[in-house]
Amino acid sequence: MTSEHGHGEQKFIWKYVFSVDHKTIGIQYLVTSFTFLFVGLCMMLLMRWQLAQPDQPFPVIGDLLAKILGDDKMPTGVMLPEFYNQLGAMHGTIMIFLGVVPLGVGAFGNFVLPLQIGAPDMAFPRLNMMSYWIYLVGGFVMLSSFLFPGGAAQSGWTSYAPLSVIAPPGQTVWCVAMVIIITSSLFGAINFIVTTLNMRAPGMTWSRLPVFVWAQLVTAVLLLLAFPVLEAGALLQLLDRVAGTSFYIPKDLVVGATVFPRAGGGNPILWQHLFWFLAHPEVYVLLLPAMGIVAEIIATNTRKPLFGYREMVGSMCLIGVLSFVVWAHHMFLSGMRTSLANLFVTTTLTISVPSVAILTCLLLSLRGGSIRFNTPMLFALAFLPMFGIGGLTGLPLGFAPTDLHLHDTYYVIGHFHYVVAPGSLIALMGGLYYWYPKMFGRQMNRTLGKIHFWLTIIGMNGVFFPMFIQGMAGMQRRLADPTAQTHNLPVQWWSIPMGISAAIIFIGQFPFIFNFFMSLRNGEKVGENPWEATTLEWACPSPPPHGNFVKTPEVHRGPYEYSVPGRKEDYWPQDEAA
Amino acid sequence: MSTAVAHVETETNTGIPNGKLGIWMFLASEVMLFGGLISAYIILRSGSPEMIIPPREMMGVPLATFNTFVLIFSSVMMVLALAAIQEGDVPRFGRYLGLVIACGFTFLFVKAYEYHHKWEEGITISSNLFGSFYYTLTGLHCLHVIGGIILMVYILRCGLRGEYTPTSHGRVEYAGLYWHFVDLVWVILFPILYLLNT
Repeated sequence: MTSEHGHGEQKFIWKYVFSVDHKTIGIQYLVTSFTFLFVGLCMMLLMRWQLAQPDQPFPVIGDLLAKILGDDKMPTGVMLPEFYNQLGAMHGTIMIFLGVVPLGVGAFGNFVLPLQIGAPDMAFPRLNMMSYWIYLVGGFVMLSSFLFPGGAAQSGWTSYAPLSVIAPPGQTVWCVAMVIIITSSLFGAINFIVTTLNMRAPGMTWSRLPVFVWAQLVTAVLLLLAFPVLEAGALLQLLDRVAGTSFYIPKDLVVGATVFPRAGGGNPILWQHLFWFLAHPEVYVLLLPAMGIVAEIIATNTRKPLFGYREMVGSMCLIGVLSFVVWAHHMFLSGMRTSLANLFVTTTLTISVPSVAILTCLLLSLRGGSIRFNTPMLFALAFLPMFGIGGLTGLPLGFAPTDLHLHDTYYVIGHFHYVVAPGSLIALMGGLYYWYPKMFGRQMNRTLGKIHFWLTIIGMNGVFFPMFIQGMAGMQRRLADPTAQTHNLPVQWWSIPMGISAAIIFIGQFPFIFNFFMSLRNGEKVGENPWEATTLEWACPSPPPHGNFVKTPEVHRGPYEYSVPGRKEDYWPQDEAA
Repeated sequence: MSTAVAHVETETNTGIPNGKLGIWMFLASEVMLFGGLISAYIILRSGSPEMIIPPREMMGVPLATFNTFVLIFSSVMMVLALAAIQEGDVPRFGRYLGLVIACGFTFLFVKAYEYHHKWEEGITISSNLFGSFYYTLTGLHCLHVIGGIILMVYILRCGLRGEYTPTSHGRVEYAGLYWHFVDLVWVILFPILYLLNT
């Protein structure tokens, strides 16, 4: 280790680029993942235009897009179906693996977790730095696939075999990039687990850990144990594509009226199992950090202890365990024995119990509180009903009989977008407004924050709610032109308000971007603890120096001691001696 | 030395050093990686009519048995190397670790010969599902052996420079844990690929 703590001036490149400090790495993750989210958002805009006005040239910048993207993607501004498929697959992949996960885990986990447990840094600072740089490389490799002949991956973000095996070379790049991104996540997960287990400040017992730390710990365990299985699956798919193996290719597969020249004997369903064994725990990787953030924001801004701390922590751990035994509910339509389907129906409905328990605890935490309506609280409050809609619309998908009807329609898209976009992503944005003063020592602008909030939440509901209506009418997902199926025509008109809503989301992000950069310079300066919160991250300077705490803090009480009777202040920091 | 690391070496909440906990976590993820691949093998082997298992003579069981013993022997040498450094005997540590590295290379040479031989006999990665699994599983294992050898050479260099003492030699132990794991993977791959084919 050569990076000395408290060492005066460091060179710019070592301080901000190749830094081993968890706070710098957290901010690097933050900026990078928001950039990827923006890229994913732009892809979504292109797709929504195509769905609203199938085969019409993109307005205003259509010619420009045609020039930039080339004739194999959007000639004369009209989207080719192949390009639509690429956008669909890459939007999903980018939003999940390069956007929301790195934001929830890489950015907030990295920045906040060591502070909340009173540690000077992560357990393995260099591994932490490597994890960021590997992630960045993986992201660039993933984006570069658009430049390959035939374009990027286009078999959906789930990359179902055998379609993905016979797809153009972009899919190979997808496999390689996934292996790189997974490696980065693994390094991160190891670091988070060891840090939480080993580096807690004196007195920070398990029952005094903030909910956010618990959420990160469970998330890290999920990343550690679920991701390698997708790595195995992606490796097999890669070999199927480049080495002529046939793990996922059945015998005598006919492609374009000829038999695919392979030994065969593989099973396409095998890919689905390997993929969903990762991808269901992944849902909770997207969700748990968001729940942790909401819990922190709600406790601070209701000025009272969280309702049911133990129940929430227990529910999170239970979610972690159960999420490994629900994966096949994504595959009811792929065909499985009734008894097996029953098993997965049962586990799936069981996992909704702890999820609802957490939501209920968060809701009851509001009861009797004197709520402060600041920007982070707006986002945290919006999370509750939005995640509620996302979660409850999932129940019909958990029952095999109803799922057979709804599978592969826009209903499914609406369901998981409600969980991830106005659910997780809204909470993560709230997290930025909440911890921004700690990151940069300044507050973000409130008015701009509110504009950002309302435009985003209205836009998101405008895009995702009609999806339920379209889906129940039978409109299938992944169609470049829904008007090609006549049964879609009665609900096709919904795509126009959805497209407008998508544009509202897009416009709504500009106040946010502007606010982020403007507040770095002009934001109102704040001290250590602008929100008057109790957890340890508010006990060090804003922004915290290298090494975080001047003196290792000592923890005397639980994380949410607000409005304790008999005290002058309505908050009692964890490190304050009695 | 950063204070983060100093903090680590003096005390941790669990009493287990960070490095050791980290390597166990890493091995847990490795178990899931090999576990995923081996489950795929089990599923297709029991379910696919195209999985043609070559007769035992074609698999070259004696050579693979020899390789198994090479790896087990190397694991024993690893234990002795750790014991040597715990007593502060650097030359003995160096000799044992040298043997570990030599065993790693021996394993790879035998494996290369086996690959060549099997390829000539028509068991290639694309000839049949069994061949695909054989090269994928053993190939990934070989990558782990190569990684292990690089790690051991690094540990040997640090050890000979006198960086490890009887009280501070965590990295030797962690490298050893990894090496034993690589050994263990082979002990599972050997029966399921070579012996279960009557």
